[in-house]
Amino acid sequence: MKLLTSLFAGLLFGLGMAISGMVDPARVTGFLDLAGAWDPSLAFVMGGALLVFMPGYFLLVKPRRQSVLGEPIVAVPTPRLDRRLIGGAALFGIGWGLVGICPGPALSLISSGQPMIMLFIAAMVAGILLFDRGLARVLVPARSKARQPHTA
Amino acid sequence: MMESQWLLSLGGGMLAGLSALILMLFNGRVAGISGILAGALQHRAPWRVLFLLGLGAGAWLALTLGWATMPAFTTLPGWPVVLLAGLLVGIGTRLGNGCTSGHGICGMGRLSLRSIVATLIFMAAGFITVFVTHHLL
Repeated sequence: MKLLTSLFAGLLFGLGMAISGMVDPARVTGFLDLAGAWDPSLAFVMGGALLVFMPGYFLLVKPRRQSVLGEPIVAVPTPRLDRRLIGGAALFGIGWGLVGICPGPALSLISSGQPMIMLFIAAMVAGILLFDRGLARVLVPARSKARQPHTA
Repeated sequence: MMESQWLLSLGGGMLAGLSALILMLFNGRVAGISGILAGALQHRAPWRVLFLLGLGAGAWLALTLGWATMPAFTTLPGWPVVLLAGLLVGIGTRLGNGCTSGHGICGMGRLSLRSIVATLIFMAAGFITVFVTHHLL
């Protein structure tokens, strides 16, 4: 059952990425181009998502001790703002701004076979593996090495 | 034209929010795409693989049924920049524990301070990067 809800959630997310325009790198860089012909419409993607998720979380999820299917609800990390979070978000933002693609839209477009999208996905996977299999030890000081739950 | 784009963005965003709500309400999991991908690469948990399959299928369905049009991809820079961007996104999302979906939707939706800060930073970094590449270089 939880595999079915997972597949269904993925399907909805992919539909959302395509319909919203997040899969179009030109729209994304247009949204990020404050000094140019700024196209603010993609702000409505995050707005729309929060409009549904936020009340749903506080009214339906937060009061529960377990998920509907009896699974533990993932632990929320303790609020700690460290260099790791800030540096990681900055690196991600630079990569996002360079091409206008973030992980959700990239993976949504996997069936397109578009060579640049394939290259982006391959490079992103390489970045993840590079980090998880070595770079983490270099970039993250031992003190904060305790495994943090991945938010996203 | 302009108005319909805003509405499509709002509607698409609401679908993504509903997806994130369903995954957390039923499965107790965060719909963060970079985290799901990293987890799938590490442990190959079936739920992660199915979510990612659904993600590809959902966008394919929307494009095939004509609910969305395939982007032209004409603004993409050359392959070395795409390669660099992919690497930065992969490393950055692991280091910062999340991307647009995990921090931007699920984390901000829970009013998590970490996620609000992360979202402000990656947005600012995106704005600055586009400013540099489009107006300075």
